[in-house]
Amino acid sequence: MQRIMVCVKRVIDYNVRVRVKPDGSGVVTEGVKMSINPFDEIALEEALRIKERGEATEVVAVSLGPDDAQQQLRTALAMGADRAILVKADAGLDPVTVSEALMALVRKESPDLVLLGKQAIDDDAAQTGQRLAALWDRPQASAASKIEVQGDWLRVTREVDAGLEVNEVDLPAVVTVDLRLNEPRYVKLPDIMKAKKKPLDATDLQALGVSVSEDLKVLKWDPPPQRSKGVMVKDAAELVDALKQKGLL
Amino acid sequence: MSQVLIVAEHSGGQLSPATSKCVTCARGIPDAVITVAVLSDSGAGVAAQAAELEGVSKVLLVDNPANAQPLAAVLAPQVAALAKDCSHVLGTSTTFGKDLMPRVAALLGAPQLSDVMAVESANRFRRPVYAGNAIVTVEVPAGRQLVCTVRVASYDAAPEGGDAPVESIALDSALPRHTRFVSVSAPDSGRPDLQTASRVVSGGRAFGSKEKFESIYQLADKLGAAVGASRAAVDAGYAPNELQVGQTGKIIAPELYVAIGISGAIQHMTGIKDAKTIVAINKDPDAPIFEVADYGLVGDLFAILPELEKLV
Ligand SMILES: Cc1cc2nc3c(=O)[nH]c(=O)nc-3n(C[C@H](O)[C@H](O)[C@H](O)COP(=O)(O)OP(=O)(O)OC[C@H]3O[C@@H](n4cnc5c(N)ncnc54)[C@H](O)[C@@H]3O)c2cc1C
Ligand SMILES: Nc1ncnc2c1ncn2[C@@H]1O[C@H](COP(=O)(O)O)[C@@H](O)[C@H]1O
Repeated sequence: MQRIMVCVKRVIDYNVRVRVKPDGSGVVTEGVKMSINPFDEIALEEALRIKERGEATEVVAVSLGPDDAQQQLRTALAMGADRAILVKADAGLDPVTVSEALMALVRKESPDLVLLGKQAIDDDAAQTGQRLAALWDRPQASAASKIEVQGDWLRVTREVDAGLEVNEVDLPAVVTVDLRLNEPRYVKLPDIMKAKKKPLDATDLQALGVSVSEDLKVLKWDPPPQRSKGVMVKDAAELVDALKQKGLL
Repeated sequence: MSQVLIVAEHSGGQLSPATSKCVTCARGIPDAVITVAVLSDSGAGVAAQAAELEGVSKVLLVDNPANAQPLAAVLAPQVAALAKDCSHVLGTSTTFGKDLMPRVAALLGAPQLSDVMAVESANRFRRPVYAGNAIVTVEVPAGRQLVCTVRVASYDAAPEGGDAPVESIALDSALPRHTRFVSVSAPDSGRPDLQTASRVVSGGRAFGSKEKFESIYQLADKLGAAVGASRAAVDAGYAPNELQVGQTGKIIAPELYVAIGISGAIQHMTGIKDAKTIVAINKDPDAPIFEVADYGLVGDLFAILPELEKLV
């Protein structure tokens, strides 16, 4: 195949303990570490491996977000993407808008494969890839834990509730990736220097002919109900007694 | 009036308990008229089970050999055709629903709310974001068609006792051939299902090997419990992926959850927030899991497990 497009979202790093602002207007983002969505890093790693095996010729990283999302695209270039595209937009777009913008890019770039994360760890929506596949009228394989390129089709192993499901999908296709697909490489310093010279183009939603969907309006943000700390027991016997008393055993 | 369409999840001729929980969620939508759609190659039995759920007004049965396996690309155009005039289209927040519903939503040109955990009105819902570290209340414009996946751990199963009519219909949607089902590994462990079990015993990285992880199964069998695992245990190959509990695994709500040698990372805790009672066994008194455990026991699991097994 020719071109793989990989979606890279800028999100709060997965190690940060996310907190709701006291006024309920959102979560605290000031001074918080931002990273590539962990699933997207795996998607990018997979694209690079496919290219390194000689099964694709170009990897294009795409992000929608504020100017700061360039940082994540630079990281993607340092990992090995050939070029990057930033679609300038406010943070907090919903999957309707993102998938429409991606569809507009797909028309321009004609990728053979679009790789996305199975979910973004901020909105936890798990929608964008499947929506794109529908708009594009192409196959989808979500939550992939193995991707085998077979010429003009893929054999994809997916993590489903029952275990592992294997599907065949014709290219072009949309695949969303799960955590066990691979382990992303570390970025080395020389790669960061080299990445500075790689092309990073910017466009915006208007240029793509996409308007921002305002159907989903967040009225308020609440912290989750807290579980209170329980009691410590000294040994297995005390534990079993306690559970029996509560009628749990 | 809200016309609610629920897409049934089923396998091996059995309606999934997750679908019954969707019905409970749908009953919370004011003035809901609930239709369940069963897409299958031979779904009469599943349709009959759906018809028995209280609150269901009608069951639509679409039998087609192409529907033998749950391929989203094949099912989505059919669901979209059935849902044309519905106000709400609901699916389960399981791998089945997560795969299918966004594709349906895009075909309908509708927004989707994932993991709905509470219905506040016909157009206002609550759902978790940031791995459950925040809950948002979201509103869609009144009258806007909406697709939802339902966070099944937030709802009880709908009671039986209904007697809805089943209507067989033929759809002439053109179905794609670009996606083909090959296989699914569904090892039947003979143990209770992780997502519906009332007791779950889970193991983490601490077990150190697949062989040692076996002792979890012994305890689970004594308790009649399902077995779960942390991502670390699955990644290390101690347990298969379908046992993973957490943000990217299964979200469960058992009566009793026993976490053994699991530290309690946010992503794991997301999966067990709705458990009624949490028990943690860990050698580190500062393990974060103890912050949320109802009963905590500090000690070496390899000493504690055999004792527990003897006592229960
Ligand atoms: C995007 C993303 C999604 C994720 N999704 C999930 C998910 O769905 N589910 C999930 O579980 N994780 C998930 N994780 C991983 C998560 O962050 C943790 O890495 C993982 O849960 C750790 O598993 P663990 O508790 O088994 O291992 P550890 O964190 O290594 O904990 C092992 C624990 O065992 C204790 N221990 C060691 N030896 C003994 C002994 N002999 N006796 C008693 N106790 C002992 C230790 O004190 C320690 O607390 C995700 C991570 C990311 C980035
Ligand atoms: N703003 C964005 N920029 C780039 N990719 C995105 C964006 N939003 C979503 N995606 C992609 O879509 C996947 C699923 O996101 P979501 O549907 O929001 O859970 C993510 O893992 C990304 O690969």
